[in-house]
Amino acid sequence: MTAPAARPAAVFRTCGVTGLRIHDKAELLVRVNAVVAVVALLVGAAAAVLVVLTRWQAVHLLPADWFYRILGVHGMSMLIFWIIFFEMAVLHFASTALVNARCCAPGLSWFSFALMLVGTLMVEVLMWAGKADVLFTSYVPLRAHPAFYLGIILFAVGALIVTGIFFANLVVAKREKRYEGSLPLVVYGAMTAAIIAVITLVHGAIIYIPTFLWSLGLMKVDPEVYRLIWWALGHSSQQINVAAMVALWYMLGALTIGAVVLNEKISRSAFVLYILFISMASAHHLLVDPGMGPAWKVANTSYFMYMAVLASMIHGFTVPAGMELGMRLRGFTRGMFDWLRRAPWGDPGFSSLVFSVVGFGFIGGITGVTIGTEQINIIVHNTLRSPGHFHATVALGTALAFMGATYYLIPLVFRKKVAFWTLAKIQPYLFAGGMAIFTLAMTFAGSFGVPRRHWDITFSQAAFTVPFNPAVDLILAFVALGGVMAATAAFIFIAIAVKSVFFGEPLGVITKGVAMVGVPQGIWNPPVHAADVEKRNAELHGAAKGWMGPAPGTMVFVLVFLAAFALYFFTNWKILSAVWKIG
Amino acid sequence: MHIDTHTGLDSPKGVWWKPAHKAEKTWVAIAFAWCMVLFAMMPLWHWKGGQNPSGIRRRTTPEAYFKRTNEFIAQYKVGEDRGMPIVAPPPGADVYLAAMTFQWTPILKLQKGKEYTLHLSSLDMNHGFGLYPINVNFQIVPGYDYGLRVTPTSAGDFRIICNEFCGIGHHTMVGRVIVEEAPAAAPVAPSGSGGVR
Repeated sequence: MTAPAARPAAVFRTCGVTGLRIHDKAELLVRVNAVVAVVALLVGAAAAVLVVLTRWQAVHLLPADWFYRILGVHGMSMLIFWIIFFEMAVLHFASTALVNARCCAPGLSWFSFALMLVGTLMVEVLMWAGKADVLFTSYVPLRAHPAFYLGIILFAVGALIVTGIFFANLVVAKREKRYEGSLPLVVYGAMTAAIIAVITLVHGAIIYIPTFLWSLGLMKVDPEVYRLIWWALGHSSQQINVAAMVALWYMLGALTIGAVVLNEKISRSAFVLYILFISMASAHHLLVDPGMGPAWKVANTSYFMYMAVLASMIHGFTVPAGMELGMRLRGFTRGMFDWLRRAPWGDPGFSSLVFSVVGFGFIGGITGVTIGTEQINIIVHNTLRSPGHFHATVALGTALAFMGATYYLIPLVFRKKVAFWTLAKIQPYLFAGGMAIFTLAMTFAGSFGVPRRHWDITFSQAAFTVPFNPAVDLILAFVALGGVMAATAAFIFIAIAVKSVFFGEPLGVITKGVAMVGVPQGIWNPPVHAADVEKRNAELHGAAKGWMGPAPGTMVFVLVFLAAFALYFFTNWKILSAVWKIG
Repeated sequence: MHIDTHTGLDSPKGVWWKPAHKAEKTWVAIAFAWCMVLFAMMPLWHWKGGQNPSGIRRRTTPEAYFKRTNEFIAQYKVGEDRGMPIVAPPPGADVYLAAMTFQWTPILKLQKGKEYTLHLSSLDMNHGFGLYPINVNFQIVPGYDYGLRVTPTSAGDFRIICNEFCGIGHHTMVGRVIVEEAPAAAPVAPSGSGGVR
């Protein structure tokens, strides 16, 4: 980096809503990354419809080769391009706007964006052309065109540069005294995501560079070593998503209902747990692999993983508790749940936040920890239970949080009204409902042993018949129903985002307290705490409130969560104990 | 306790390392205890449980494994189904199952309640061993021999589904395992007639 002090003064505008100072060059970077992310979402969602309508055996839309091809396109477009481009937007946003700072290296940022875009186009073109029918995981010795691996490498290098720019921005912001005190918690969470991104992308380099050379015939790659290191990329990258998502939970909570931070120490320590313990999660995918022994499997998936699980369980309390306390501080103090009933359910930012938290925790979290248990994985590995789990975390959790954040980014960053406002209000409900049906149905289908990544479970071309329980047909119809619902909601989201950003009405003047169509409530009516907030806060934290403390409603929720978790966990042990003896 | 009210978008001023409220500490303690339960179940199941993915794991090569599988077939072959050998090893034997695009070889005939060491490996790609309808699943990686001590606890005509994408014919890859009540020697029914019990 060149010395930032030598550069001409950056051009800022002051945000009329938040009062934050926004750097024009940083803002443009946020915009382009968000736009590419949404285009990737469009490709991924279209692929999703084709995939679910093929797995619904009554429709069985695509031929076999196109099914596997489109399944690969779906995985790359969603899990890599949509998610990571959006995360790049979050990193640019969090390291500039949220700390009143400027982007310290706009030229390098554009270069990294170009690398990522070129990499994306290479991968997409090769996949659609049938030169990379290796699915998302591209397990060696399945072989794709060398340019496919090269495209991923270019993309990863670009993303790695952006994480570097993120850290540099924060250093420059500190040096230029753009903010006082410590980094805001949301930025701290984004920083966690950036640190995990570095770990992840280094693993990506370690595996994709040899694999690229292997595809050119220049070296050998062991299939098990590939799986080990590839998953250090593949699983850890989901932890980038989790950290970014949790950061956005704190942000949306603050913007929509004035959620407060209960305790910085607890929330920040939980973020640190993600950094320390998540890179072991590769083992999650190798529990029934021949490469590693039981001690390695138990240590890496459980002991270390569960410290990351602990982190999520902490955020699962502190985020809703902060929301509850924020509402109580604003006067919604009656009973256990009045604060929740009177929350702004018509604000798509708020409803997205709630469904993201609940879906991530109750469906994604509980299934994930359970199926990631060494022995229980025997009745799960490569069945539909696996995608059932991760669609709950990454689609219902992360993607929905990103969508919720977008409803605020449109007015705050793009300075446009949210188009199709009525649709925007129902979109989170449709997406969350569809995803809930989809993930639960896949989980049930997987319990019958229905394999994932499979074109034809009627096995019409196989040597032997495999008569699945007829209930499976019905369950797969629900998979298709939920999948099409969620994809429809994704299309609605894309239509809203594109219309608002490119053809949208300018935001105009906001009058505090006056509702405006196309503007989320947190913007026209920002949640403000009363003047005597410190006194109220002290009362809510007082001894009179008992052990349940200032957020008793949340305490009830987390205890219900724990009960559901324990029930699901031990039910799975019971089911496992009924299968053949294996040792 | 000093409490300073702010959101996640505000910079905390001064030292933010402050004691948490009892409620928050209680939840962290509960969550930590639960994580320890999650952890403890795994060693416990290795000690007391009947289903563990430990096995005997060693390196091999596709050539060596194919050779060993053919020796195994020649040694215990009892019949054929559509050209595929049916092999009935004695209880306690090492059983070799080879996965290749897009078939499983051979067809296995085992006895209920007897333990076998079931070896799994691939001659080409990654494959997935999925025993239907028991729902027991293992990853098969070329170059690695996964020897699992398996005791069938139910009799019937079972299927092996490939559940790891291995190429464009992946969905046609189905194998067969027959488990008989020990030690009766009922004739093997042709597949496709009765289906899975």
